[in-house]
Amino acid sequence: MKFSIMVNEGPYQHQSSDSAYQFTKAALEKGHEIFRVFFYHDGVNNATCLTVPPQDDRHVVNRWSELSKKYNLDLVVCIAAAQRRGILDDNEAKRQGKNASNIAEGFRISGLGQLIEAGIQADRLVVFGD
Amino acid sequence: MLHTVNKSPFEKNSLESCLRLSKEGCAVLLFEDAVYGALKGTQLEATVVEALKSKKMYVLLPDIEARGMRAEDVISGVQTVDYAGFVDLVAEKATVQAWL
Amino acid sequence: MDGEGGVIKKFLYVNRKAPYGTIYALESLEVVLIGAAFEQDVSLVFIDDGVYQLKKGQQTTVDSGIGVKDFSKTYRALEGYDVEKLYVDKKSMEMRGLSTSDLNVDVEVLDDAQMADLMAQQDIILSF
Repeated sequence: MKFSIMVNEGPYQHQSSDSAYQFTKAALEKGHEIFRVFFYHDGVNNATCLTVPPQDDRHVVNRWSELSKKYNLDLVVCIAAAQRRGILDDNEAKRQGKNASNIAEGFRISGLGQLIEAGIQADRLVVFGD
Repeated sequence: MLHTVNKSPFEKNSLESCLRLSKEGCAVLLFEDAVYGALKGTQLEATVVEALKSKKMYVLLPDIEARGMRAEDVISGVQTVDYAGFVDLVAEKATVQAWL
Repeated sequence: MDGEGGVIKKFLYVNRKAPYGTIYALESLEVVLIGAAFEQDVSLVFIDDGVYQLKKGQQTTVDSGIGVKDFSKTYRALEGYDVEKLYVDKKSMEMRGLSTSDLNVDVEVLDDAQMADLMAQQDIILSF
């Protein structure tokens, strides 16, 4: 079965990113397809490569990146929500005249249409948030 | 239909609204802080027992255990699932509504 | 924009949070506006504190009041995007001492059973 996942909260502040990760991983291990993981609201903060958690803690951002690499996951960050919260890729940084970008490996920035498409294309949409 | 609730029923009304606005025969999964609603001996127990008469109730065991409780602390009739079981529930039901 | 190869699904947006205190209401509305271009079968429901999103007379701008833009007028513009099915949970409205005359858009008021039916008919539910 084809799932899409929506993540609405940032890493570390709220469990929803952890729950979404565990759900996504379990679905993939069961042989389901994840059409897309869409990050919205503060969920866009899951995509910053500048995170430095304590060494004895999980690395929420890297964990998503690694899952993406292993399963070729499509991790999409909402551009409007990302711009508000300072998550930029190289193109956006250039376009907005900023001197740095901070998107982590495996994530891409795109529009809200990607969320609607994720709903249309998948059999199920599961929302994790606060 | 599957309803997911992730808020403590002692803090938010998500579970209350979920039970009020869901149909007989639906499934309700409690996870994250909502797992406190699945425990024996709380003020919520009667509400959950009543809901069990017409709805299937599930609770995510890793969230129960993380918070210092065990499967035997869960109200009888509420089924425990792991993340794989959560995935199965989503796959079995046609839609999912998250009571954020 | 075409509905992705002609597929039309029932999309329900569930709004349960008050405006301004958190950004959920505003960013939910942004999804609705973008989503309208996909020509899906869209409904919006307002439950619990979500009914406050539709309260008439919201007064704030970037330069006055709380310094945040009043986005409540956008709900009135939804009709222009062919988003016309707006539903309010009767009990949530009554609990808050509100009636439809306090709201700035036309809505249909649903009782518990009607709301449960509406939710059960959907394909995709986006919750905020």
